Amino acid sequence: MKVFIERSHEHKEVPASSVAELLKKLKLNPTAVLVVKNGKLVTENTKLKNTDDIKILSVISGG
Amino acid sequence: MVCKKCLENPAITLPNSNISLCKSCFFKYFERKVFKTIKDYKLIEQGEHIGVACSGGKDSTSVLYLIKKFSEKRKNITITALAVDEGIKGYRDTSLESLKKFCDKEKIPLHILSYKESFGKDLDSIVKKFPRPCSICGVFRRYLLNKGSKNLGFTKLATGHNLDDEAQSIMMNQFRSNMKVSARLGPITGIVKNKNFIPRIKPLYFLMEKEVAAYAFLKGFIDKYSECPHTNTSYRGNVRDFLYDFEAKFPGTKHNIVLSFLEILPLLKKNQEYKGSLNECEACGEPCSQKICQACTYVETVVKKI
Repeated sequence: MKVFIERSHEHKEVPASSVAELLKKLKLNPTAVLVVKNGKLVTENTKLKNTDDIKILSVISGG
Repeated sequence: MVCKKCLENPAITLPNSNISLCKSCFFKYFERKVFKTIKDYKLIEQGEHIGVACSGGKDSTSVLYLIKKFSEKRKNITITALAVDEGIKGYRDTSLESLKKFCDKEKIPLHILSYKESFGKDLDSIVKKFPRPCSICGVFRRYLLNKGSKNLGFTKLATGHNLDDEAQSIMMNQFRSNMKVSARLGPITGIVKNKNFIPRIKPLYFLMEKEVAAYAFLKGFIDKYSECPHTNTSYRGNVRDFLYDFEAKFPGTKHNIVLSFLEILPLLKKNQEYKGSLNECEACGEPCSQKICQACTYVETVVKKI
């Protein structure tokens, strides 16, 4: 599926069956990101399909 | 998995628990927690003029929105937004644009103070000569927020500090053996009352950064989470990354840091009450512990040499 990682401005194509698996493959800390599936915020248990559009937002902001 | 409260599709699993909540139940949880902090610690009382230190980011925008919501149910509470423009191109200019739109929509008055007008140089110029700018930036920002708060007649200044920020500050002060600074932390800052120093309040004190980010996203406050381009050079940035790693391995770490700190905070404050006295800076009149405040020192030793 298509994944956009906002913090690093990277577009990636990563197969994964769940949000937890996706974050593990991308080596992203689940406590530091929000995952948006087709425009909606989802939890780590959420199942994913290859057609899903995924956006990963960093929760870290400011300075 | 469904929302624990209403069986809708969940939007977030609360940190340190297996409880998942849908958007609407998460809003209730979040707002209840913020309002409880305000009431438990008497952060806002009748007749106050509350300034809200705003950057246009997720934390301060959420605080601004929630203090407005809190005040709507009560009489005689005035709210004003106060922002600082450090002059960081591509970061602060865009966040201040979002803030202006938000304040217009919510009909909240907004005041902006800039480094350039106040100190003679913006941060982008300072960085060219002073490549580790976080300490100077922090001093300038706190200086302008306090000065602006007094000039605008605020009784307190609310900030968007969340539980992650507090855990970072506590650990930074521990690592540097800086208990004097730790004594100023907590949901409401300050050790001694002084007319020159406007107390700061932190309504998001018990909410984690991820929860605040989720709230701001679900409310549609901001669609892009930006980070200061200089943050990685900071000591705080290193402590923050360390705590994120530790939290992932040992959930609850940040909560426990803050909760155990709150147990010893009264002792720290009491200890510092006798040691600490607030002077007035001989150059500008702002509160400080030395003869000349740190902001005036930086202007003389750094800014005027650029």
